[in-house]
This record gives sequence, structure tokens and C-alpha cells, in this order.
Amino acid sequence: MNIVVCVKHVPDATADRKFESDNTVDRVGVDGLLSELDEYAVEQALQLREKREGEEIEITALTVGPEKALDAVRKALQMGADKGAHVSDEAIAGSDYLATSLVLAKAIEKLGAEKPVDIVFFGMASTDASGGVVPAMVAERLGLPQVTLASVVETQGDQVRIKRDGDTATEVIGATLPIVLSVTDQSGEARYPSFKGIMAAKKKPVETYSLADLGVEASEVGAGAAYTEVADTTARPPRTAGEIVTDEDGSGAEALAGFLASKKFI
Amino acid sequence: MSEVLVLVDHVDGAVRKPTFELLAIAKKLGTPSAVFIGDAGSASGAVESLKKYGAEKVYTVDDSEVKGYLVAPKAEVLAQLVEKTSPAAVLLVSGGEGKEIGARLAVKTGSGLITDAVDVAEDGTATQSVFAGNYTLTGKVTKGTPIIAVKPNSASPEEGEGAGTVEELAVSVSDGAKGAQIVAAQPRQSTGRPDLTEAAIVVSGGRGTGGDFAPVEKLADALGAAVGASRAAVDSGWVPHTFQVGQTGKTVSPQLYVANGISGAIQHRAGMQTSKTIVAVNKDEEAPIFELVDFGVVGDLHSVLPALADAVEARKG
Repeated sequence: MNIVVCVKHVPDATADRKFESDNTVDRVGVDGLLSELDEYAVEQALQLREKREGEEIEITALTVGPEKALDAVRKALQMGADKGAHVSDEAIAGSDYLATSLVLAKAIEKLGAEKPVDIVFFGMASTDASGGVVPAMVAERLGLPQVTLASVVETQGDQVRIKRDGDTATEVIGATLPIVLSVTDQSGEARYPSFKGIMAAKKKPVETYSLADLGVEASEVGAGAAYTEVADTTARPPRTAGEIVTDEDGSGAEALAGFLASKKFI
Repeated sequence: MSEVLVLVDHVDGAVRKPTFELLAIAKKLGTPSAVFIGDAGSASGAVESLKKYGAEKVYTVDDSEVKGYLVAPKAEVLAQLVEKTSPAAVLLVSGGEGKEIGARLAVKTGSGLITDAVDVAEDGTATQSVFAGNYTLTGKVTKGTPIIAVKPNSASPEEGEGAGTVEELAVSVSDGAKGAQIVAAQPRQSTGRPDLTEAAIVVSGGRGTGGDFAPVEKLADALGAAVGASRAAVDSGWVPHTFQVGQTGKTVSPQLYVANGISGAIQHRAGMQTSKTIVAVNKDEEAPIFELVDFGVVGDLHSVLPALADAVEARKG
């Protein structure tokens, strides 16, 4: 079985994230790391392999981005993925969802050239753009069904069953491989890399691809090819400090009720 | 004026409120046309409510053949409608399903996609709130048909009789789109409270509840609010994941958000920072949530909330 896990290198959500003057995300001035939500995808891929003991299952961590993005792949390798794939090309900078999904889809086709890819894993969304639409776009491009936002993943043979909290119901979704699959943070704690894992990761192969290697034209990606245009980014004005009172013998509730009444909520 | 397609979000024909908000936005951009994909038998009720909120046209698509399959068939239906009507825009609800339908539709039609919009102007410029609500971004789709997924509570539904002309559509859905199927579904048990993402008021509880959500629920019911929770409360097993507000839960933007016993980590802020008015009750005066609030009470939620609920009831008189 051939599994690809797509991982993204993102600015640390707990740091002071900002935009550059050209309205692209500042990916240099802020420390980056493997998107926390992608760790769950790596974890589920590893668990799937553990559950299907005896089968030959290869897990590739795939990322798109500048040199630093390789850190995301390394983390996945430390956790237990077998090999890495890194699409790196200056032309990719500023790509939108559509271009990103194109590059990923082409890379997945390349990784499946000899042995078709059975499952493409994603996290539920990145922690920076947080659109959560790239898995569906990649599925559309590859002509595969997408099974998304899974909190429980089970497979048997070529059948997949997942559980998820849908918008209006708790659902069980069934599909036949190959598929695109995204998992949520409810799917289970991601493991920490062990010392052994960290050492082993250093020897694991990482293939680097340029756009040309994937048969993608530079004109199809990057800011120039974007289907959307950002006009403006502005830091939200800090909320003006509100009134804080300390509760003493019920005074807090009374003051709060007064505030809510003044705002016409009651 | 060109048509603006609005994909109707409904449960067995009962149209959900965010769809009416989309119709109000569609009116600014062109002529609102609702697209109802569902059981032919339940269409008439839906049409009535869509008309009431300004739909000039309602395309109805019988889903008997594709019911139970995930988003792909709906994306195919919309792609055929985009082809047929060359709309000024396609609007969807920015939830799990709406965003994924938009994603597939964008690839199919070679169109730009904007998700998580909180406002859309007459010229199609969409406003988004990003980085946990710390930045506001405005942007526009520049290629193809603008596909915009709009968050619930971003506009007020506007009543105003639309013509509501019904056009039944027969569309073809490929076998390829039937790859992922819902094999079992358990509808969410009704709590009798408003839906979290649609509610005008949300009352949330966190670690500080110590697992006792009764005071949170009591206040929520006094205010007619939805109940939410922080990830800490969900991970502790006190409330189901569907209550979670934050990065990996629901994003809410109500008129009033009441955070109780919630410290206010960045992941939680991501889900509520765009709320119009924010109020917090927390024992810890150093809790970061107090940086966000319009009004805060340093105190024990177990005594403050019941007293507040009583005060609310008393004022309702």
C-alpha cells in the first residue's frame, strides 16, 4: 500500500503572525513548524500501518514550499514516515488554493507513478490559512472521492469507514480506495518522535522536485496565476480595554446584568 | 442583472438560517437564485421560505439518485448550473460541506474561491478575518465565476417577497462523484437551544467549570443562547466535541459571547474573536481572555452565573 501524507510548514500560531507589504504571509520573520493539525494526519497514517501488520505499506510525507518547509517533512520522518518529498520552486511563492492543489496533485501522481497511491492523508486545515479546501481540490483534480474531517478511521482491505461530526449529524462514511482522507484533532494524540526516530530520520531519503519535474508550468502557479487577489490586509485594531470588576458578594452578577441591559441584550 | 446562485443549506427541506443571509448578500450582487438540491416532495416548503427571503428564482434538483453521497454530486450540479446561467457569483455557507463543494466547483469551473467571508460588498469584494481574527483581509476573485463561502451571522436575513419562480432541473451526475457515501447518520440530538454557529448569543464554559455545566446552561437558557465550550472542556469529556468553539471546532461570531472559566488561548480566540460584544467571567484576573472583553467579572462562575441568570429572568419580568 502506498500512502502520501501532505504536510504544511506554517508560522507558529502562538507567535506574532503578520503579513508582508505585498500581502503575503510573513514566513521568514516568524518561526515555523509542522502545522499541528497535520501531525494528526501523520499519526493516523502510522496507526493504519500498525493495524495492518504484515502488509507492505510505505508512507511518504509530501510538502510544497521554500527550503524551510522541509522542517515539516523532517518532523513527519521523525514520527515514523518512510520517506519525504519536497516540491520547491521559486515560482510557487504566492500560490493560492488552486495552484497549491495543482502542485500537490501532480506530485501525488509522480509519487504514484510506479505504485499507485491508495490514500492521500491531510490534516483538517492548516493553522495559517485554515480554509480546509485543499483536500477537496486535490481530490477533484485526481478524480478521487474525498472523505474528510474524520475523527475515527478504520480500513479493511480496500474499504474505508470513518466517523465524523457532520454539520447536522454524526455520520459514518464509507468509501473504496483510492481516496483522499482528512482527519481532525479528535482522531487521537499525535506521537512525539522518539530519540531513535530522530536519529533514524536523518538517514531517510527525501526527494526534491522542481515544477519542471512535475510537468507544471511556472505560469500556472504563484501570485501571478492566482484566481483571487488580496486587496488589503489590516491588523485588527486591539479591542479597547473593557471594564473589569471583581465580584464581591454578588456585585459581579449585578454589574454584568447592568452592562448587558445597557447593550440591550436583556 | 446577472443571477447570483445561492446553494440552499437545508435539513430535509427545512432551510437553515444562513441561507437566508446569503440571499440578502446575493441581492446586493445581482438577482438571487436559490439552488435547492433535495427530495422533490420537500421542495415546496423550502421554496416558500426562500421566496419570503427574496429568491427571484428557485432551481430545484431532485436528489433521489445522489442522496447520501458526499459533496461531489452537489459540485457537479452547481457546475452545470454555472455553465447554464453564467452567474455573477456563487454563494455557499462557509461550513464543512459548503467549503468543500466550493473547492470542487472552483477546480471544475476554473474559478477563484474565497472561504470564511464575513462580508461581501456590491462589487464582490469579500472581507475575511484571518490569523485567529487578528487580521482583516479584503480580496476579490479575479478569474472565472466568483465562488464565495460566507460564514453564518455575516448578514441579516431580509424579508421581501421574491418572485420565487421554480425551475425543475434534471441534471446528470457521474458515477465518479458517487465515491463516498454516508452509510449511517445520527442526527444531532436537539438541545432545544439555537444552533451554535447561528446563535445571536453564545454562552461558553471551559476548564473553570470543573465539569459542571449547569450554571452555563442556566444562563444560556435565560438569554436564549447556544451553549459552547473550550477545547479543555471537550477534551475532559464534559461536553461533546460539537460544542467546541475554536480553531478545530466551530467559528462563531454572535452579537454577544459570554466566556466562562475560559482562559482565552489563541486556539479558542480563533473561534470567537469576531464576536461583536465579548464578556467573560473568570477567577483568574490574569487570564488572557480579559484582554478581549468589553466587560469582565473576576469571580467564581459558580456563583456569578446563577445570580446573573436570575437577574436576567427578573429583568425580563
